[in-house]
Amino acid sequence: MKRFSWDEMMNRYPAFFAILLLVVALIINLILQPNMFARDTLNSNMRVFLPMILLAAGQAVVILGGGIDISVGGIVSIVNTILATQVGLNGSPEKMWAYVLVSLAAGILAGAINGFFIAFLRLQPIITTYATSFLYVGFALFILPNPGGGIPADIANVYRNTTPLGLPLAFYVIAVVLVIWMYIRSTRFGNYLYAVGGNAEAAYETAVPVTWVLFSTYVVSGFMAALAGIAITMLSGSGNAEIGVPMTLTSITAVVIGGTALSGGVGGVAGPVVGAITLGIIQNIISFSRIDTWWETFVKATIIVVALAAPGMINLLRRKKL
Amino acid sequence: MRRLSISPPVAAILLAIILFLLSGFLPNGFGNDINVAIAQATNIVRLAVFLGVIAAGQTLVIISGFEGIDLSAGSVVTLTAILTYVTVKGEDDKVLLALLISLAVGALIGFVNGLGITFLKISPFVMTLGMSGVVTGLIIIINHGNVSGKVAPIMTRLIARPFSSSIPIPNAIIIWIIFGILMWLLLERTTFGKHLFAIGVNRVTAKLSGVNVTATNLAVYSLAGALAGFGGFLVVGNTGVVFIALGQPFLFPSIAAVAVGGTLLSGGKGSYWGTMAGAIVLTLITSLLTTMQMPDSVRRMVLGATLLVMISIYGRQRGFRQ
Repeated sequence: MKRFSWDEMMNRYPAFFAILLLVVALIINLILQPNMFARDTLNSNMRVFLPMILLAAGQAVVILGGGIDISVGGIVSIVNTILATQVGLNGSPEKMWAYVLVSLAAGILAGAINGFFIAFLRLQPIITTYATSFLYVGFALFILPNPGGGIPADIANVYRNTTPLGLPLAFYVIAVVLVIWMYIRSTRFGNYLYAVGGNAEAAYETAVPVTWVLFSTYVVSGFMAALAGIAITMLSGSGNAEIGVPMTLTSITAVVIGGTALSGGVGGVAGPVVGAITLGIIQNIISFSRIDTWWETFVKATIIVVALAAPGMINLLRRKKL
Repeated sequence: MRRLSISPPVAAILLAIILFLLSGFLPNGFGNDINVAIAQATNIVRLAVFLGVIAAGQTLVIISGFEGIDLSAGSVVTLTAILTYVTVKGEDDKVLLALLISLAVGALIGFVNGLGITFLKISPFVMTLGMSGVVTGLIIIINHGNVSGKVAPIMTRLIARPFSSSIPIPNAIIIWIIFGILMWLLLERTTFGKHLFAIGVNRVTAKLSGVNVTATNLAVYSLAGALAGFGGFLVVGNTGVVFIALGQPFLFPSIAAVAVGGTLLSGGKGSYWGTMAGAIVLTLITSLLTTMQMPDSVRRMVLGATLLVMISIYGRQRGFRQ
């Protein structure tokens, strides 16, 4: 029987701390909201968390490759405005499906634009995706200058109320995402991704197609952002060009809480998915604990900073003890 | 691929001049009237002062490398603007006190950022992002919906008015020029500046050459916070009113100004002159789009596209093959 080693757990399983945090948050949430695991409550929570989970998964792939994607919120906005203006409140399911495909194509295209500038022109990811985020949010505002429009209620209800085998739809989506990720992780592309994120120069020297790997991470991120956009549109049922803007930074926080380092090459997609759920639960706890509205932002931000600082603090304390 | 040998600050200034001359052909541009042209140019530079000062701290943290960035700058600007507003209460003799409070509060927030980044090993992006949330929370608590206060007449006279009737240069520009010289001295003529560039290029070699990396890093973030605080003091002196979203619109433009000015986002290379030029270019583009009465959507897209073009010209990283 091997002795439990904190360091080993932290190093071998980057998601370890994220799961620990999730358990703590779940327990607090369960105390405040005893019916949390009831079917309806669970479903209503998970359908709210799902867009951020999808977004964080895409962001994680980019960050693993050593980049960052600040334009994901803009892509969510574009998808939302496309669906809200083109399908409309009285659209048919066929029309919805057609524009879901258009949205996915738009997401892939937006990701490819990011990838082109970053991988092929070798621009710095932060500033490039920041610039494209202006392009994308601007384009979303161009499609829909004022909030309005939407998708038919019965289509939105499919997303809201489908619970196959009594489990929320989100569970199945998460399972599919994780299975696909585990498959990708085992392929040559998965190895390339970690190699490029760890040390792009060394990866290039060992004949890894660095440019194409980088390019593809942004395409994946664009695709996932489009999925997140579809999910949040079905959740809200209406259109708003600014809907994605606050989601960008939350997705990055989710990735980091999930143990995937911003320097690249360390972590995975499972951790960020857990991170996104944890952030959602923290929001839940805050709204259930009935704290003064004026204090809400401060409390939430402080909890997030403490959560981000905790692994570092533990390491610092342990080093002192030795 | 051949590279342009023109230096980024010069390129940015040239772009600003060309854009400004072209803007004369607009229907409501300055036309043939040289006096109107000078007045317009002066006004644009005056508006650029605030972005320029806020971007000074950003320049320092970005030069310090190690993914250095300060996302808390926007909320620090709002906080110190509000603190100045409530401290001064329209009295001239409280202005110095308000300035000291602004610098101290900004430096304290920056110091906490520095602690998290150096000791807890949190990446600067996430640490300052989290801090931005905490500061926004503080603002909401302090502000409680509305604040009562007033800027002092002396602030308006020193910041918003021209130097004298015979010299029609706004005081803000004179402050900025002195500020620019001080920044140049700090970066190029002090030990701190040398250490700053050294840790930006390579932390290990800097440490081996006797640079106190930890202390320098803490100092950089504290100084960046203090400069953002100074920015807040100037902004409220100019606008005369405060509101919760006062500082946030400066955040990403401050990063963009640094990038447009040719400071490498990976650290170790850059100048404050470049940032000043970048601030002028960004302010010019924004105000041109406003005078052309472009809708918000077009404004954002043009801003994004310009930024992409600027960084495509000289923001490119070294190719792998070289």
